Amino acid sequence: MSTDTLTTQKAFLKYLLRLADDRLILGQRVSEWCGHGPVLEEDLALANIALDLIGHSSALYAYAAQIEDKGHDDDYFAYFRDDYEFTNLQLCELPKGDFGFTIARHFLFSSFSYYQYELLKNAKDEQFRGMINKHLKEIKYHLRHSRDWVLRLGDGTEESHERIQNAFDEVWMYVDELFYTDDVDEIMIASGNGADVNSFKDDWKKFVEDTLTEATLTIPDWDQYMISGSRNGMHTEHLGLILTQLQFLRRSHPEADWK
Amino acid sequence: METQQQLDNFQARIDAGEKIEPKDWMPDRYRQQIIRMGSQHAHSEIVGMLPEGNWIGRAPSLKRKLVLLAKVQDEAGHGLYLYSAIETLGVSRADLIDQYLYGSAKYSSIFNYPTLSYADVCVIGWLVDGAAIVNQTKLAQSSYGPYSRANIRICREESFHKKQGYEMVAKLASGTPAQRKMVQDAVNRFWWPTLMMFGPSDSDSPNSAELIKWKVKLNTNDELRQHFIDRTVMEAEAVNITLPDPDLKFNQETGHWDYGDIPWDEFWDVVQGNGVMNRERMKARREAHENGAWVRKAAQAYARKKKLSREQAS
Repeated sequence: MSTDTLTTQKAFLKYLLRLADDRLILGQRVSEWCGHGPVLEEDLALANIALDLIGHSSALYAYAAQIEDKGHDDDYFAYFRDDYEFTNLQLCELPKGDFGFTIARHFLFSSFSYYQYELLKNAKDEQFRGMINKHLKEIKYHLRHSRDWVLRLGDGTEESHERIQNAFDEVWMYVDELFYTDDVDEIMIASGNGADVNSFKDDWKKFVEDTLTEATLTIPDWDQYMISGSRNGMHTEHLGLILTQLQFLRRSHPEADWK
Repeated sequence: METQQQLDNFQARIDAGEKIEPKDWMPDRYRQQIIRMGSQHAHSEIVGMLPEGNWIGRAPSLKRKLVLLAKVQDEAGHGLYLYSAIETLGVSRADLIDQYLYGSAKYSSIFNYPTLSYADVCVIGWLVDGAAIVNQTKLAQSSYGPYSRANIRICREESFHKKQGYEMVAKLASGTPAQRKMVQDAVNRFWWPTLMMFGPSDSDSPNSAELIKWKVKLNTNDELRQHFIDRTVMEAEAVNITLPDPDLKFNQETGHWDYGDIPWDEFWDVVQGNGVMNRERMKARREAHENGAWVRKAAQAYARKKKLSREQAS
């Protein structure tokens, strides 16, 4: 007898945590730009994007806590889990790099999120659906922002072209994981609350290729070595350092109220 | 050459409470004073993102992280309104930024102090934003139209920041012993630097008289400082915070709180670049500016290309 049968409830919890972890960790990364942007308008835009991402993660964690039903809250998942318990994509935890890297990563993540949320917006679960529809509006803005910058940097100066090309080359081996699926996805799709990511994989690839082509960039090799394992707790060493910063104060005074 | 008649007419408009708008005649000295004061105000908003930004990554709950991020983002927005207001006087934002990164333009010294604990950002919200509101509420009535309007908008957001800061100070002050210690320590460090934010005493403030004559400023530094102290003493009492000044005493005759000697030596030292974080702050801002140069160039190059191809198409 299997002791770890994946119930619908557990699958939902894991699914929410995967979505939330991506957004918390990426939001934490993007927030590092605050006060250090290349131009004042980008300080505002990047802070706004970080706010959205962390706000989305907080809503998803709160719902995860509700589904889990163990008396936890949103902060519990963000502050009291260790590296190997986080299931965010490695793509989201990579250092912010230069502005080009931040943009390349964000373009790939937000375009994927857009397609994914377009499916999730019809989820059966009312509370989940409401959240997704609200967040989708903001994801559209993130996508427009990052796509505009891919075009500007790709077709800007020689230096910007080279930098954004390098960023895409560097980040490419982390994209295959966007389409990772397992029994969590199967159960969620079967229950009407999951997105079948493989159903839009070709459309997403075409969208990415068209944007890179318009930006005069070379499309990196889709068949190169791709990393895997994030959804089951495999991470780069960067995640531990992010959590060190994120969790330190809360964990130093676990009895204190900080809400 | 400015004639006496022009100067008299200008002063008459000021005295009648009229706003001066960008295309109106104004004395060159007035223009220079607005540029100096307004750009210093804008630079302060931008540098002010750094001490609080220092705690975004470590904020102790998701809610507090969102509040802090939103607040620091507001400061960037304030910088933007102010630069836009000052640009109406015919200077470019790029030149203004060059003047503070590589020239002699100043920003508020309060941002040269480090934020050592999370309580510091709460106390900054309460005291520093509280002091800024006292200043900016008056600047919102200043005679230069665009600058006055920028301040009206800023004040609305700053009052929100102050409320959030005070709420969190109250929470920490009634929290665990560690939280209480943290917040009292932050108040001890920020109290005197906050009082210095109003600028030197009137007798040592070279620009004050002229600024008041032109209603760029409506009150003296000392008047504003007193107003802030009177208000803050009560707020501190209400949440059991001790203000680190043994000489604070209510004066029945004046109806105001008397206070001890402000450490002006420290103030002038920090103004001259010798605070704990002065060099770090300038380094961080210069690095952001210089590391962003290629991005700004790319955006300009791309815009030129697009404009050209639109022209060729039409």
